[in-house]
Amino acid sequence: MYFSDKTRKASLRLTEEWEKDVQTSLKDNPEQKTRFSTVSDMEIKRLYTPEDIHGINFEKDVGVPGKFPYLRGNQATGYRGRYWTFRMFSGMGSAQDTNRRWHMLLREGQTGLSTAFDFPTLMGYDSDSPKALGEVGKCGVAIDTLEDFLALVEGIPLDEVTTSMTINPPATVLWAMYCAAAQIKGVPLAKIGGTIQNDMLKEFIAQKTFMCPPEPSVKLISDTVEFGAEHVPRWNTISISGYHIREAGSTAVQELAFTLRDGIEYVEDVIRRKKLPVDDFAARLSFFFNSHIDFFEEICKMRAARRMWAKIMRNRFGAKNPRSLWLRFHTQTAGCSLTAQQPYNNVVRTTIEALAAILGGTQSLHTNSLDEVLCLPSEHAVEIALRTQQILAEETGVANTIDPLAGSYFIESLTNEMEEKAWEYIEKIDAMGGMVAAIEKGFPQMEIADAAYKFQHQLEAGEKIMVGVNKYVTDNQHTIPLVEIEERIGEEQIKRLKDIRRKRDSRAVKKSLDDIRNTCKKGDNVMPYCIEAVRNLATLQEICDVYREVYGEYKDPGLF
Amino acid sequence: MPERKIRVMVAKPGLDGHDRGARVLARYFRDAGFEVVYTGCHQTPEQIASAAIQEDVDLVGLSCLSGAHRALFPKVVQLLREKGASDITVIGGGIIPEQDFPMLYEAGIKAIFTPGASLDSIVEWIKTNIKPH
Repeated sequence: MYFSDKTRKASLRLTEEWEKDVQTSLKDNPEQKTRFSTVSDMEIKRLYTPEDIHGINFEKDVGVPGKFPYLRGNQATGYRGRYWTFRMFSGMGSAQDTNRRWHMLLREGQTGLSTAFDFPTLMGYDSDSPKALGEVGKCGVAIDTLEDFLALVEGIPLDEVTTSMTINPPATVLWAMYCAAAQIKGVPLAKIGGTIQNDMLKEFIAQKTFMCPPEPSVKLISDTVEFGAEHVPRWNTISISGYHIREAGSTAVQELAFTLRDGIEYVEDVIRRKKLPVDDFAARLSFFFNSHIDFFEEICKMRAARRMWAKIMRNRFGAKNPRSLWLRFHTQTAGCSLTAQQPYNNVVRTTIEALAAILGGTQSLHTNSLDEVLCLPSEHAVEIALRTQQILAEETGVANTIDPLAGSYFIESLTNEMEEKAWEYIEKIDAMGGMVAAIEKGFPQMEIADAAYKFQHQLEAGEKIMVGVNKYVTDNQHTIPLVEIEERIGEEQIKRLKDIRRKRDSRAVKKSLDDIRNTCKKGDNVMPYCIEAVRNLATLQEICDVYREVYGEYKDPGLF
Repeated sequence: MPERKIRVMVAKPGLDGHDRGARVLARYFRDAGFEVVYTGCHQTPEQIASAAIQEDVDLVGLSCLSGAHRALFPKVVQLLREKGASDITVIGGGIIPEQDFPMLYEAGIKAIFTPGASLDSIVEWIKTNIKPH
């Protein structure tokens, strides 16, 4: 950014004087550490000055909100036009249990829905599969058929509320259920809005919820992108996610780089299929980032992400529509930053992380509940978490002006540094032949494992601190009530599933599964056939078994 | 003959993919001088028990963060016993509420480590309690 010669000279002179003062001071009062770094171990300097940002071109690199390179935000009016969506991730027990929680959250001022499914659903197994032993309804809601799904969205106005679904390998099936539910309720597909996470690359990299190998997994994702562009234009068909990469132990730069590189891979695949030009689908790609505990690092990561994606879409893919250049993202505060010890402290951590997400310009936010490190959130804990967002939005004034930290010597400098380091990773993965090839080599997996291991060592050595874990440890136990999912929920779910299997038209089910099998073999788009199948009450696993049969199963290589 | 190293299997039963802790531990065990086998995610109790016997390990460390530990941990112990391998010690870790400790100990889990447990404390426990067979 431009500083006059007079200012630069003054800055250099004053910095030199300050440097002398520092040296004097250090003789008697050494600093608390020899090296200061972020939670991702990026070294931070003692002071940032005009010299650190002098080289930045204001027009090209910073600019204004709503204009390229979108560093400062996609919308010209920022949060003054509308706040981020208050979207709490929730799901527990049966569809009815989760529906009750959803209505409670909407009553309390939540503005969007977000679904957590249980592990059998996430992995494409029915509740009565031997693989589902002990897992039904535990970490989210159990969904086996369209009937469960209809109970889940009972009383929810699907043309008004947008719904996010954290679903990956079976995204086609759950999205088909959402579409079918809308059709049954008489809501046109053009009117429903929401997001399916549907980002398989980060599953192989980090979250480890997978079913088929990478290539067919990407094929199914492209099916949803094409189907959405034609029939469900308000739907975000992928939420390209860094959240889980970070939770698995990556650095902030790795999260940034791997997420954007995953995005590149998805865009390339859709373009390769030659059905949609880039501007016909790019605006429906959305993102999902983690907001970890290192405040400034997170803000800079989000700002850098916006600028990088705009450059990628314009320069690499030749997108013309401004909306294709927007990086729109949801944020969740960092689960891995929370502690089981002294759990009430988690409210404070989540507040700081939520503030970073807001200053980073998120479009949507989930704030973790204080008990999430121990169990599914209780009603009281989730209410505090939602209120945290509402207090930040309505009381603190942080949303009054757009991108308030822009121009800070430190913020702009760190934003640039993170961007540069992320480009290095992207180039490295390009050189490997793309993300699928990099995953097959184990590259991102091992980079993350290294970072996680290093952090754990720093924690053990006391170089990094977690209050209540390795410092300020106390024997005073303030226990909190834990939510427990009763075993009967699984039993009832299995009974419901068996009833449905008995009463449905099994010939129609068989035919629709055959249709999906043939479609997979031909390489055509599965979405219309998935909708037909779920409407005939084919179960989630029945459809996923077809995928496994045609495409094969992916096994965790167990890298460490 | 040099003393045989302690052989440890880190295993992820069930469907959850939260493997950060398991992988960090596997590497730490290796650095601590143990021989380490890591199963990867999504193992059934049957797969874990068979692999533990096949790999001739002294100890199986189970990691579960999904809440399915109550069903899965005891199952692994039971299968090892049925297969005549009750000399293999089984310990567990993850998101495990204290109220579940008694039933897990009862089922034969020898130790449980929860969030915040230091890596060294786990290594120490193993060195104290496991003699390579």
